[in-house]
Amino acid sequence: MRSESVSEVPVQRDPAITASELLAILSARQLRDGQVVFAGVGIPLLAATLAQRLRCPGLTILFEGGVIGAFIEPGRLPPSTNDQRCTVRANMVLGSAEVLLLLQRGYVDIGFMGGAQIDQFGNLNSSFIGDPARPKTRLPGTGGGNDISSLTAMIVAMKHEKRRFVENVDFITSPGWLRGQRSRCESGLGAGGMFRVVTDLAVFDFDDDTRRMRAIALNPGVSCEQVQANTGFPLAFAPDLQVTEPPSTDELAMLRHLDPDRRYTA
Amino acid sequence: MPLDVASPSADRYPPPGLVPSYAHLRSQLASRDRSLRRKVMSLEEATAFVNDGDTVGIGGSTMSRTPMGMIWALIRARKTRLSCVRSIMSSDGDLLFGSGICDRITTSWFSQGILWGVSKVMRHYVETGAAAYDEWSHMAIGMRFRAGAMGLPFMPIRSMMGSDVVRQRPEAVEMICPYTREKLLLVPGLNPDVALIHVQRCDEFGNAQIDGLPFMDIDLAMAANRVILTTERIVSNDQIRRAPDHTKIPFFAVDAVIELPYGCAPHECSGVYEPMMRHMEAYVAQVNANPVDGMHDYLDTFVFGPSSWTEFLERIGVEELVRASRAGRSMDDA
Repeated sequence: MRSESVSEVPVQRDPAITASELLAILSARQLRDGQVVFAGVGIPLLAATLAQRLRCPGLTILFEGGVIGAFIEPGRLPPSTNDQRCTVRANMVLGSAEVLLLLQRGYVDIGFMGGAQIDQFGNLNSSFIGDPARPKTRLPGTGGGNDISSLTAMIVAMKHEKRRFVENVDFITSPGWLRGQRSRCESGLGAGGMFRVVTDLAVFDFDDDTRRMRAIALNPGVSCEQVQANTGFPLAFAPDLQVTEPPSTDELAMLRHLDPDRRYTA
Repeated sequence: MPLDVASPSADRYPPPGLVPSYAHLRSQLASRDRSLRRKVMSLEEATAFVNDGDTVGIGGSTMSRTPMGMIWALIRARKTRLSCVRSIMSSDGDLLFGSGICDRITTSWFSQGILWGVSKVMRHYVETGAAAYDEWSHMAIGMRFRAGAMGLPFMPIRSMMGSDVVRQRPEAVEMICPYTREKLLLVPGLNPDVALIHVQRCDEFGNAQIDGLPFMDIDLAMAANRVILTTERIVSNDQIRRAPDHTKIPFFAVDAVIELPYGCAPHECSGVYEPMMRHMEAYVAQVNANPVDGMHDYLDTFVFGPSSWTEFLERIGVEELVRASRAGRSMDDA
């Protein structure tokens, strides 16, 4: 039992910072001022808002409910990306098909989502655990995730556990690089693809040729062995592997200002 | 193998009957009474517009502008074998399965809400095979309504391809674009037998104005063969005409109008009230603790118990309604 535990390699963390807070802060750093980002609910919504408030005043946030230019108020985080709270101070509201079609047309720079299960090629599963014909667990499904990941470059923020980082997902809900190499393009997905995965252990990109996941930066206090031990497939490590700066007091203070009830960062 | 329009082969088409012929679609619309007439009625009267076995399109999304009052009335009317379609399903999907009136839900995401993890009600019905959840991408659901609204049999899209979502959907067909020779995915048009839509205001003819996020409701209304509108309030036709740019659904697409204040409770209606979160949290705790008996008790207390929608609201409680209203009306004061 113990050998199967996902926490077999304990990671020392600043106890004052939750894993979700770390995820939100580190993934927010992946965004650039002036980008148009399509953000999912939870950590992505919070991280995009954090980036907008701290470093990227020109970041335009889109929500699948049909919002362009969202400006979320501190302490009033919406319970989903389809609630009226998402529309406060926005530039525009529009139909949910219309906002998703902006991805297809190419207006969106980055799609930003959470993930339940991911594989070596960045494919995400949020539909089934076990055989889809006789599922052990039926999960909620794709929502806009399949559209976002089919049509634009992606950042995924998720907790790093062995059961979540698997060689092959049980079901490809949201496509990453599919089976690697050129398989994504050959399937008819001519744009986008997995760009970064940010976890509470490390930051990953995908090799330009094989399209396999590769660690490019370790979170402070985390070793390569710890990352590998919590991953269900052999990982590559970039030759110029970096160590990420720890969360700053400014980042933490703004994050806690935005989510004082720890709705998304508990 | 993708369908190549240059060399079509009959065995690579989806089964016939999935999408109605254009002649059938037109004759269904032609048979509707689309005259300018008063359509105001009670919730109970409006349930007659829904037949057992119908495909029912549901407006709003997640916890927003959900036509909960109409769903509540359909459960009380003991409809059966409904097949329901919505962009994203929340606790309305739980109630549809848990009450037994619906055995198939077509949507892109189905749980009570992101805050509460995975719906145990959805899991119970889907994992035991008692009911089906057909999953499409969010945009695909929208494009299926869009095709239906346009009087076309399909729309091409560029998502879903390569994923396992499309492998579960033989109704979707890959084709080679005759212009670019690129792969596209065709999603079949969807013309629900009936649509349930809740709006902030409409007149007695059904000219409907929507504030805030419109979701897929305009396409849904135009695609459906019947439309039941519930509304926070009925306003005069003069008031509609003072702001025709706010009118999103024309009267001739509407068959029934029901004035139903707090018609989305315990969900939200933009600019009027936010979700009634205490009720939602108590609901989720109850049904996720026991998806069969917990749901049975909830239905007894909140659906079959009350004598009217107003009495249902009383059971939610004045304090909860006032709190939700205050938050909804002051949304833009931040």
